[in-house]
Amino acid sequence: MNVQANKWIGQRTIRPDGADKVTGRAAYAADTTMPGMIWGKILRSPHPHACIRSIDTSKAEALPGVKAVMTARDLVDFPIDKSVMLGIQDMRWMCRNVMAREKALFAGHPVAAVAATSEAIASEALKLIEVEYEVLPWVIDVEEAMKPDAPILHDHIQFEGKPSNIAGKLEHKLGDVEAGFAAAEVVVERSFRTKPVHQGYIEPHACLVSVLPDGKTTIWSSSQGQFMVRAMCAHLTGLPQNDIRAIQAEIGGGFGGKTIIYLEPVALVLARKSGRPVKMAMTREEVFRASGPTSGSYSTVRIGATRDGRILAAKGTFYLQAGALPGSPIRGAAGCAFAPYDIPNVHSLGFDVVSNRSKVAAYRAPGAPIGAYAVECVLDELAEALKMDPLQLRLKNAARQGTKAAHGPTYPRIGFEETIQAALEHPHYRAPLGPNQGRGVASGFWFNAGGESSAQVNITEDGNVVVTTGHPDIGGSRASTANITAELLGIDYRKVSVLIGDTSTIGFSNLTGGSRVTYASAMVVTQSTEKVIRTLCERAAKIWKIDPDAVVWEDGEARPAGDNAGQFPPLTLAQIAARASETGGPIGAGVQLNTTGAEGGFATHICDVEVDPELGTVRVLRYTSFQDVGRAIHPSYVEGQMQGGVAQGIGWALSEEYIYDKQGRVDNPSFLDYRMPVCSDLPMLDTVIIEVPNPKHPQGVRGVGEVPLVPPLAAVANAIHDALGHRFYSLPMSPPKVLAVLEPADA
Amino acid sequence: MTDIRYLAPRTLDEAVGAFAAARGAARILAGGTDLLVQMRAGAVRPGLIVDIKRIAEMTSIEETADGGFRIGAAVSGAVLGEHPRFGQVWPGVLEAVNLIGSTQVQGRASPGGNLCNASPAGDSVPAMIAADAVVTVQGPDGRRQMPVAAVPAGPGRTNLAPGEILVSFTLPPRPRGAGDAYLRMIPRTEMDIAVVGCGVNLTLRDGTCTAARVGLGAVAPTVLLVGEAGKALVGSRLDAAAIEAAAAACRAACRPIDDKRGTIAYRTRIAGVLLKRTVGIAADRAGRA
Ligand SMILES: Cc1cc2nc3c(=O)[nH]c(=O)nc-3n(C[C@H](O)[C@H](O)[C@H](O)COP(=O)(O)OP(=O)(O)OC[C@H]3O[C@@H](n4cnc5c(N)ncnc54)[C@H](O)[C@@H]3O)c2cc1C
Repeated sequence: MNVQANKWIGQRTIRPDGADKVTGRAAYAADTTMPGMIWGKILRSPHPHACIRSIDTSKAEALPGVKAVMTARDLVDFPIDKSVMLGIQDMRWMCRNVMAREKALFAGHPVAAVAATSEAIASEALKLIEVEYEVLPWVIDVEEAMKPDAPILHDHIQFEGKPSNIAGKLEHKLGDVEAGFAAAEVVVERSFRTKPVHQGYIEPHACLVSVLPDGKTTIWSSSQGQFMVRAMCAHLTGLPQNDIRAIQAEIGGGFGGKTIIYLEPVALVLARKSGRPVKMAMTREEVFRASGPTSGSYSTVRIGATRDGRILAAKGTFYLQAGALPGSPIRGAAGCAFAPYDIPNVHSLGFDVVSNRSKVAAYRAPGAPIGAYAVECVLDELAEALKMDPLQLRLKNAARQGTKAAHGPTYPRIGFEETIQAALEHPHYRAPLGPNQGRGVASGFWFNAGGESSAQVNITEDGNVVVTTGHPDIGGSRASTANITAELLGIDYRKVSVLIGDTSTIGFSNLTGGSRVTYASAMVVTQSTEKVIRTLCERAAKIWKIDPDAVVWEDGEARPAGDNAGQFPPLTLAQIAARASETGGPIGAGVQLNTTGAEGGFATHICDVEVDPELGTVRVLRYTSFQDVGRAIHPSYVEGQMQGGVAQGIGWALSEEYIYDKQGRVDNPSFLDYRMPVCSDLPMLDTVIIEVPNPKHPQGVRGVGEVPLVPPLAAVANAIHDALGHRFYSLPMSPPKVLAVLEPADA
Repeated sequence: MTDIRYLAPRTLDEAVGAFAAARGAARILAGGTDLLVQMRAGAVRPGLIVDIKRIAEMTSIEETADGGFRIGAAVSGAVLGEHPRFGQVWPGVLEAVNLIGSTQVQGRASPGGNLCNASPAGDSVPAMIAADAVVTVQGPDGRRQMPVAAVPAGPGRTNLAPGEILVSFTLPPRPRGAGDAYLRMIPRTEMDIAVVGCGVNLTLRDGTCTAARVGLGAVAPTVLLVGEAGKALVGSRLDAAAIEAAAAACRAACRPIDDKRGTIAYRTRIAGVLLKRTVGIAADRAGRA
């Protein structure tokens, strides 16, 4: 794709949803109302682990104003020992996450729900539900959960023949790792710990559900996929999918945390029972206690190299805390950890460990930051031991076209080396540092994903364009779609309206996740638009009474292909649209694909910090991320993704963590004590977009949104080491921890 | 689901009358940045809310004839910040009040609410204690005065008698060579709660410290006046030994808890660090050569 020739691709056009958002008109799920609407609320377990002996809802049902009460019995039962997969989610876990069945598995686990004519009555009714619990011993920490005497969460789960909290294992092997270490001249092995962290979306989960007497159901909700909402609700309630219309509200952040459902099936059942539309919205406290963070972890990484810096062997073991039900992102941790490097002998192991905390949900490059944190810190120590520049060590071992990765693929053309080169050449890398300041680098990889997408491109009667796709727009994908459509049609992007269809108005589209949306929707939108262009040429041919092959589409108009085709004045989009009925009918095209070819994304980051050695505080002074994005369809939103991921990574490294009290309950379920960085905590986060086009994509796009969260944990840790000469092996590197190391208590 | 009554009287007598008559079921509303948050969380459920923002005495700032200040208890941080003189005379008190929350919170939050909320971490309180501010309270039995340090009784509890309302803060006139400062340690740069807060107010004459008061927050159930720290500074030329002695006095005064916001060891250590830094700023403001 010739960059210079593009008129709209690569331009910072105004986003289609911009006016709605800045004027406050954008409708989020919590903004929806319906006549006759009532309020649903959830009763949650106060215990981190307990058998549910009985639930008596009779007093709640008798309270005036209460219209429906439900428990797990009102949802389809999925036996606990039989897997029912829906994409990467297992419905037997999903149904138990939505509402506890045999056991309450974490403090905050839903056990019942009510719907009443006001929020106050619903809250009152929750207090009248009598639950008889048999309280059980509990375990939250990932290492504790693997001890031989740890309380077992699920009796049917076995590991190595014994009941265990280790619910799954994943292994990648390449070459002969023992032989590799035997040949290595320098070996570094370290262990690392990270805390679970929340995605921290600003908008709490919310939905409104209406069920008509004939079963026709409408769901308005905030999610990363209206089709995911439809499918999961169908599974959990037994409704056929054609009876459910899931409408995507504007979304106030998801970062992976909204790729599953919490409230929707509950509201659906309450609506069905009460005959009234039911609205539900979580409080921030509920979001923290019961929606998915990502895993905490315990990892060990060992890397061996020759004295001149050639890495010969790498081994990683990653134990990830799944929460109450299996499903840790071990694939991201074990699969991405070594993926940026060309290492002949690799053994990477991931373990999925359950414990009594809320079940994890996807979080931006799920698992990959955990793996990269360990690997990139060990590489920093290795570079130190080898007396090598840490970027040069990475460059020397960088994966390239043809590198065989331990997680499977042999890479096509990738842009990892380019990110390191750009970092090496950037003035940031040579800028002077002051006292107590340090600089760290780290790299990272994320798989990226293709998958199912649908698009419909329609030409309006007045010659404008409406594009409908099926993915929630979280990162500016509508703007990218407008740029691509305008580019292909050769028209002003303002003539293109881009909408997100609901499950009844557009074909199946997989959820917004895996950095797939701009990638996949660009493919279906491109193919749809190309079909439309073919139709436009055919219509012009009909008007001119020439062969359709003798018509070309250029600069937004049909033109005869050459002198042989005949002499006709060009026909614009508007002129052809005006004559659509007489030339064959409405003009539009839809394409549905299971897209493939989403190649991996790579990034390298440079971070400068300053440590206050008396207070133990760490400030990020300067941060630059270098990422191969394939092609930046809309650079502003590419930069936004890069900056957003870095901001989250800095929070993960320095200040974010779940804290539990002695009863096993989250002790910091608010943004005051769950410390995400605020604006003033961060410098301007600089970005350098690198474009090595993905050969398998019409515009060369690679996924962008997740890679930026992979390197920061280690980049910050390595920078702190550079400032202090001391390494930290656990996150967050919060002030008390930093100070305890700088001035040990017994000093 | 009981109803809440709301009153916004124009006189203090009316306010005290209604507040006292409600016998503990009522709450005073100044900026509401604590009260409304606590009500939404279900932590307090008042039957009556008495809004004091329409009472002139409680929302005005007055520079007294002797050069002191009288600040209404419900004056917002933003209004105090816009006063032409106050920040020149009491920069430490002002910076403490202005550290509360964000720009939005500043439009409402008051020093009276900060003190009566009785959080050990309230930012303006150590600075007010260091400033030797005195509060005027009015109740069914009339008016009385008490030092700021005497107001908090423990986390969330004050020594105000039933029906008493905090009316105003009085700050004494400033001698020449006086300076004050407030610093807090928070893990973030804003929108956070003090892990330790330190207010220092001192007077220098020819380089020698002639008076010093130190207030320390978030290290005990109430904000502390650390008398020993002040004593360690008085008579010195703020040399390293005197400052270290004052820092040691601060560490010794700490009776903190281990909680999600900080450990005992961390808070204790930071108390000394902040003392040193705050003394440095106050001394510069006092005109240290
Ligand atoms: C987002 C946010 C950030 C915050 N950040 C900080 C911070 O950085 N530092 C900090 O110290 N605090 C902070 N706070 C807490 C709060 O803003 C302060 O304590 C503020 O000073 C309270 O003042 P107010 O006028 O809003 O009090 P209100 O909420 O009106 O009152 C607080 C309490 O005092 C009582 N009360 C108020 N005035 C009187 C009176 N005159 N007589 C008797 N009783 C009275 C009320 O009944 C109530 O119990 C923050 C709050 C929020 C919401």
